[in-house]
Amino acid sequence: MEIRIAGDQHIEVHQFYAGVLTGAVLLTLVLEAFLLVHFRWADLIELPLLVTIYFALSRRNPSGGLLLGMIIGLAQDSLSHTPIGYYGIAKTLVGFFASSIGSRIDVEHPISRFMLTLLFFHFHNAVLVLTGRLLLAQHQPYLTTRLAVASVVNASLALLLFPLLDRLRRRP
Amino acid sequence: MLAMPSRHRSLALLLFMLAAQVLLLAVQIRSPAQVRLIRVWAVEIVAPLGRVAAWTTDGIGGGWSHYVALRHLRQDNEELQAEVDKLKLRNAQLEGRAAEADRLATLLAFREAHAEVSTLAARVIGGSPDSGSHIVFISRGSRDGLRRDMGVITPEGIVGKILAVFPDTSQVLLLNDRESGVGALLAGSRTQSPVRGSGDPLLGMEYVSNDVKISAGEAVLTSGQDRIFPKDLPVGTVVTAKPDPHSPFQQIFVRPAAHLDRLEEVLVLLSRQEFVPKKDAAAEVANTPGPAAATPSPRPASQPVDHP
Repeated sequence: MEIRIAGDQHIEVHQFYAGVLTGAVLLTLVLEAFLLVHFRWADLIELPLLVTIYFALSRRNPSGGLLLGMIIGLAQDSLSHTPIGYYGIAKTLVGFFASSIGSRIDVEHPISRFMLTLLFFHFHNAVLVLTGRLLLAQHQPYLTTRLAVASVVNASLALLLFPLLDRLRRRP
Repeated sequence: MLAMPSRHRSLALLLFMLAAQVLLLAVQIRSPAQVRLIRVWAVEIVAPLGRVAAWTTDGIGGGWSHYVALRHLRQDNEELQAEVDKLKLRNAQLEGRAAEADRLATLLAFREAHAEVSTLAARVIGGSPDSGSHIVFISRGSRDGLRRDMGVITPEGIVGKILAVFPDTSQVLLLNDRESGVGALLAGSRTQSPVRGSGDPLLGMEYVSNDVKISAGEAVLTSGQDRIFPKDLPVGTVVTAKPDPHSPFQQIFVRPAAHLDRLEEVLVLLSRQEFVPKKDAAAEVANTPGPAAATPSPRPASQPVDHP
């Protein structure tokens, strides 16, 4: 664990074993594709978003967070039929803001993780809807019951997934 | 090189990455008109700049053409206006001369058509300062052989008689003066009656019985009874003729054949010799362009009158 001092605050920047980040991203994308094919309910789950949020919160570097979000989003766009940049823009913003928030508040507590995941899920969705309306002439709603359920499902999944990913951190 | 704070670097990087991805999206997306969004944006960005450039160019060009290049416009305009005024004056003079030539040609044709009648052409040189009397001065006098009570005519009809003679000018009493009168007759019925001036544009014909049928437009000719004008010269045309229940005579108004309000050249009858009808000459007069030809006359001056 690396400790940096900014003013009077002690900021913990977690480091991971080599290949963890790359492996997690690839695994997430594969799992997302696999689950979507075999399970109808899998479309409620946004695993790439959860990975983006987790690593952005953990690394607490806005530049790194936005680059990570952009790469995951563009990879997601590449594997789907959406225009390249559609998910990229949304996850770039999520990565940036998650990293910024991660450097200011406690993101280790389960409640914090649940609330932040819930918040970023809706933010991610809002950016997608806005991009769709402004650039793609789509008229998706900002909030539906399904979206609300999906946000709770993903926030709950984050409570399970994030501790697993915590185990991949490099110990000081 | 200026060092940028880490926080600002992140923000700049975020904006750059977002802009790059938005552009990436714009390259892929097509508008409803099947034009790539990036092209639509490019046109929408460049078009206003083009309009501003065009507006600026037009403004500079307009400023040059409207102000700089025309700095001598006022002077040129004044010179041109003066030139226009001169040309207008010249044009008016030429038009006047052309009209005068037409009138003189008519007079000449009339004189040639009646060469047996001794006449003398004269120019009207002035009018009476008294608006109540209808008198004009002509450019001929006693030195030219004119005498009092000589008749004055135009090709259209009789004008009046000489009231006073001076060495080089004469005073002519017009037919429509209150003191003026002429022996006349109705062309249709040959009913004789004097015609008098009333001071108004229309003349009055007196002493025509209520029994005589008169139609509007009927010609009134000289009767020769006044010893001034020979017979059958046009006096005018009947405008209205109404029987008077309080009198045995009709009220008849006659419009003078001659244009008494715009006389410029006249002929003075030096003798009372009758006008001999000449068909060819009459036709020539009728075909001559000018007031005589343009004015409908009850009968040409030289046309014979059927006597009863």
